[in-house]
Amino acid sequence: MTILVIAEHNNAELNAATLNTLAAAKAIGGDIDVLVAGEGCSAVADQVAKAEGVTKVLLADNAAYGHQLPENLALLIAEVGKSHSHILCAASTNGKNYAPRVAALLDVDQISEIIAVDSADTFKRPIYAGNAIATVQSSAAVKVITVRATGFDAVAAEGGSASVEAVSSAQDAGVSSFVGEELAKSDRPELAGAKIVISGGRGMQNGDNFKHLYSLADKLGAAVGASRAAVDAGFVPNDMQVGQTGKIVAPNLYIAVGISGAIQHLAGMKDSKVIVAINKDEEAPIFSVADYGLVADLFEAIPELESKV
Amino acid sequence: MKILVAVKRVVDYNVKVRVKADNSGVDLANVKMSMNPFCEIAVEEAVRLKEKGVATEVIAVSVGPVAAQEQLRTALALGADRAILVESADDLSSLAIAKLLKAVVDKEQPQLVILGKQAIDSDNNQTGQMLAALSGYGQGTFASAVEVSGESVKVTREIDGGLQTVDLKLPAIVTTDLRLNEPRYASLPNIMKAKKKPMENLKPEDLGVSVSSTVKTIKVEAPAARSAGIKVKSVDELVDKLKNEAKVI
Repeated sequence: MTILVIAEHNNAELNAATLNTLAAAKAIGGDIDVLVAGEGCSAVADQVAKAEGVTKVLLADNAAYGHQLPENLALLIAEVGKSHSHILCAASTNGKNYAPRVAALLDVDQISEIIAVDSADTFKRPIYAGNAIATVQSSAAVKVITVRATGFDAVAAEGGSASVEAVSSAQDAGVSSFVGEELAKSDRPELAGAKIVISGGRGMQNGDNFKHLYSLADKLGAAVGASRAAVDAGFVPNDMQVGQTGKIVAPNLYIAVGISGAIQHLAGMKDSKVIVAINKDEEAPIFSVADYGLVADLFEAIPELESKV
Repeated sequence: MKILVAVKRVVDYNVKVRVKADNSGVDLANVKMSMNPFCEIAVEEAVRLKEKGVATEVIAVSVGPVAAQEQLRTALALGADRAILVESADDLSSLAIAKLLKAVVDKEQPQLVILGKQAIDSDNNQTGQMLAALSGYGQGTFASAVEVSGESVKVTREIDGGLQTVDLKLPAIVTTDLRLNEPRYASLPNIMKAKKKPMENLKPEDLGVSVSSTVKTIKVEAPAARSAGIKVKSVDELVDKLKNEAKVI
């Protein structure tokens, strides 16, 4: 049994989520091959060769894979992966983009965002925005799976010494091309992958007041999110929304500020390791899930918190 | 050009679902059902493309139980021209749904297919990508902007680090993210008019598609309950707990 893990990277650096995906592969058991596909990405192959538990690194360095276009990448992954027992990708926007395409090319169902491995063919995954956990069993010859990074502790990035082999395949479907990208310029981490998230709700009163959260976030290296109420009231754009129809986050620390804790919001953050609620209403439902609750006026508590961390 | 929009009937996003006592699934008896929110955004985008003169016809399609006609009527009330229901009582896998949609695509030959990026019940985020793979079309997933020009479509996508723009040859598949648009409400006259719009009923057999699956659900459980922690009295105490007890800052 050999598992193929698809490395997540930006052609220069390995994304940490790959180490969590490797941990899921390790839990399944067997040899682990890692496919690094990109353009000018040999440094990434060298990095991943050092990760714990990797048997072999396959390097597909070609202009067709430079921007991780799924139309090209899926053809490559299906070709390399069809002789493997499992194909594992991080449940990042990249993994979610190409994994189902790979599964369809191999004519198998795909399993999304597993959070636990029961056995080599049985996995746990959240459904209904985390309000239920399904245990699913796959009889597919090749099991195509995306892995929720927060479900697995990363393997060690150093210590391994896998060999690197070149893959000559150059698959170009010719139906798509990369135009450009606009990466967030903020030093704040991206919401879905952040270790600390600070979110504001209706209690923030207006968009301007979010600046209090931004400055606290900058001090903690945190990302800033919002409840649907804050988005619907026009305080912040909806890409900041945490919840059932927004982003699902599971950071180490989630600080909910002026958020009552409606079920739709809880669905997006209740897997956080530690939850802090700051709210002046001591009856707010958010306190029923918070590890640490502070009943206080957020406009006094937030600046004080900022000065003390 | 023709646009096909896929919509799914799901439990309403406001409902707190409960896992059945026998762990066979979640209890959907007497629960409010609605159009999946991401599908509403897909319908809105298709209707806007029609209003801009880019599209000539918008066809809404759903794979699901007979009751999914309600959601198709909603799509018609929002501005779709006609609807197709592929009737299936079973809870189908994304791959089976993608195969059924592929058969509808072959029949209708749309230039653009718009789907939601994921359904809020199964949370799979797979169908659009699978449909694109089966059709051999390009895919613009998690779209926050869609611009059709000539023989191609430019799609701005929400990616982990920000935004990415790709150019896809038509025909192509697009899946919607929340930021793409603000769906409109159906007006009463439009709801009345929608009742007269054509709706076609098909069965998987009519389309020659096998809906077998390689994945089965063994059990569904409630997630571990999270219990309330403690209330701290001051910011100092909070900082102390976070630093020394939880060790998260």
